[in-house]
Order: sequence, then C-alpha cells, then structure tokens
Amino acid sequence: MGYKIRLEIFEGPLDLLLYLIKRSELEITDIPITRITEQYLEYLNLMELLDLEIAGEFLVMAATLMQIKSKMLLPPDPEVGAPEEEPDPRAELVRRLLEYKAFKEAADRLRGFEARRSGVFTRFGVESELDGGDSPFFEGTLFDLITAFSKVLKGLPKGVVHEVEKDEFSVAEKVHEIFHRLVQTPKIFFSELFRTSRNKFEVITTFLALLELIRLKEVAVSQMDQFGEIEITRSPRATEPLKEPYAE
Amino acid sequence: MPNDQDVKYAIEALLFASERPLSPEQIREAFSAEGGSASGGEASVRASRIKASLDELKSEYETQNRGFRLCEIAGGWQLATDDRFAPYLKRFFQNREKRRLSQASLETLSVVAYRQPVTRADIEFIRGVNVDGALKTLLEKGLVRITGRKEVPGRPMLYGTTKEFLEHFGLASVKELPALSEFTLKDIDENLLPPELKTDERK
Repeated sequence: MGYKIRLEIFEGPLDLLLYLIKRSELEITDIPITRITEQYLEYLNLMELLDLEIAGEFLVMAATLMQIKSKMLLPPDPEVGAPEEEPDPRAELVRRLLEYKAFKEAADRLRGFEARRSGVFTRFGVESELDGGDSPFFEGTLFDLITAFSKVLKGLPKGVVHEVEKDEFSVAEKVHEIFHRLVQTPKIFFSELFRTSRNKFEVITTFLALLELIRLKEVAVSQMDQFGEIEITRSPRATEPLKEPYAE
Repeated sequence: MPNDQDVKYAIEALLFASERPLSPEQIREAFSAEGGSASGGEASVRASRIKASLDELKSEYETQNRGFRLCEIAGGWQLATDDRFAPYLKRFFQNREKRRLSQASLETLSVVAYRQPVTRADIEFIRGVNVDGALKTLLEKGLVRITGRKEVPGRPMLYGTTKEFLEHFGLASVKELPALSEFTLKDIDENLLPPELKTDERK
C-alpha cells in the first residue's frame, strides 16, 4: 500500500535558506550563492526522496537561486555601462531574507508572550478558548529532522546489493516498533533509531513512521541545542495506548 | 450617589464576575442612571472616578501580594491569576490549557500585526509561501479579521488583528508590540545596494 506523508510544517523557502545560512555560519548579506544553491537543491532532493509534498514556492526559489548564480558567473556586459552601476544580483534576495528574518523574530517574541500568557488564568469563558490546535506537537524543525535523516542515509554502507521483498518493511510496523521501544525506554536518540536498519528502504520507512507518530502527536521530538542530537520521547499528551489505524 | 469605597468595590465585583476584559466605558454603564427604578435612580459615576478606582484596586492587589492581579488587556481590565502560581494552576486546570499557535500561524500573524491593514499578497510576499490555510485558521480563531478592501485593481481584502489577538498574547494594545527589528541600510553591504538606495544613504 502506498504511503503518502503530507506535512504542513513547512515554513517556506526563505525559512529553509535562513536555516542553511545559519547552519554554515554565513552572513545573510554576503551569501556564497553557489554553495547555498547546492545545499538548497540537496534538501529538495531529500524531500522528494521522502515523498514529501514540495510546495511550488520551493521550486520557484530554486529557479531564482540558479538565476542569481548564473548572473554572477556572467562577465559584466560592456555595453551596459561600468560594472559598479549594476546592482549585485543577490540584492533582492538579501532584502527579502532580512525582511522575513525580522518577522520571524517578531513571531518568536509573540511566542514568548503566548507562553507568558499561558501561565495566567482568568475566569473561565468559552469564548476565550482557542479551540482546535492546528499544530502537531513538534519541537525541532522539519529541517533539523531532515538534516539528521540525511546523515543517517550517508552513513549507510554503499554498494550493498540486495533484493527487495514485497512489504519487507511497512510504515505501520515501524510505527509499532518505535512506539514499543518508547514504552521500554523513555527517550531514544534519533541516530539510535536507525542503528539496526539494514538498508535505505528500512531507513526511509523508519523515518516516515517517525513523521507519522509526530503527526499523530504520539511522540515529541526535541533538541537540547541547535544542531544537537535529536531526542524522541513520548508526547506528554499521549497517555492512551496507540489504537487505530494501527490496530493490526 | 455611592461613596468612593462602594464604587471601587462595585467595580471589583463587576471584574470578578466578568469573563472578558471590561473597558472603563462598560464599567461606567453599570452605574448609569436607571430612571424610575426601585433605588430611585443613581447618578452616573464620573469616568475619572472609575479610572482612579481601577488604579487603586490594581495597586491594592499588588501590595497585598494577592493570588490575582488586575491587568490591562485589549483596552480593558481583567482579573487574572498571578503567574507565580502558574505551576499549581496549570496542573489543576490541565484541560483548559490553550493550544499554542503553529509556527505558520504565528509568522502570518506577526506580519498582520505589524503591517496592518495588509493584503494576503503582501503577507505571501514577505513569508514566501501561500498563506491561505494560515489566514483561514487565524480568521476562524478570531485572531484576525477583514478590515476592508484595498482600493487597487481587484480590490483585495485587507486584514488586521482583533481584540482576541491582544487577549491571546496578553497585550493592552498593538502599540505594546515590541518594535520590529527593521534592518537598516547600513547592515547591507554597499555592493549589494541598488544604485537608487546608495544615493539615499549618502544624503
């Protein structure tokens, strides 16, 4: 049975770019465009490999990056005046990144207010309750997870030939497996999850199962520090044993 | 005419019974004369008296170190527990814990809050993604509302924040939002600036 994962935790191509820039400790105002473009495309490939739905905006940004890259490679056109008259092809992207970053920081501050407010109780009113959360319990970002995942993939022994058996691994089985491990131990490190994986298919199936558990709010994924090892724990909200649709 | 103390504690009673923040105008309505009533009709209480009473109540709770505080939220006043007791209340009222907004909602909301009134296209340009879903969620939750239409071709709808937005984040007004860390032109490398901005900077 085909298994499509649809995640709506994407914060968009600008967010991905900021993440890549921060990870490599680069200056937004002076992005090595070739390197960033490569890393960006690598992420899109990974998302594709995972069968994640890639929003059109990510592809538009890929095109924009490649356009900027090619512009920077071209020698300045002698017919269009002196080179210093031409703006840096990265300027518009830099402006957008800085603007987006400012709003992202503002959103972080709002998150702080929200947390502060959550410690303050008022007389109970139905209308003051925000019903229906739209966010799965998710502490690391999706990009952190994918980065960790790509490390696991790279660590696999290469050139191992093996036959693919039908239904060798299923996401449903892996969901159960992860869940049972969490019942036994309160915490699993992300890399431990794949220690026993024999091949790429098993790694991918395990990763999809993890995403599914996050979506179902059965597990929480967190990082002690940025780019640190990712830890998987049972979601504090999930007290009921896992039921449908994995009953069998 | 009720005496000062009665006004103050009547206001306390109103705040105690109210689920929502009360504005001074709403409080004043409670004291407005009701012609022909059994009490013979009370004279309206002055706005300045109401404001003074609110301030007195607020400082009383603070100096007495009470379990609750009088807070200014969304243009009104509301009794709310002191956050030093948050651990007990959180444990006791587990089912009342508010859901945190998703990152997508929060980013969209921050653009609306700082740039209001703003069109959907403006938000999408800043965030670089489609915001249909996030806007819909925010509208449903009452954190954002449609404030009108922009008088440009297509007359797109304009969005702004609501009272519920201020309540959700515990803000008295949008003016309380911290300044957006606007990047300055100095942050940008000279070479990156388009020519028209370079000349601006030199002025």
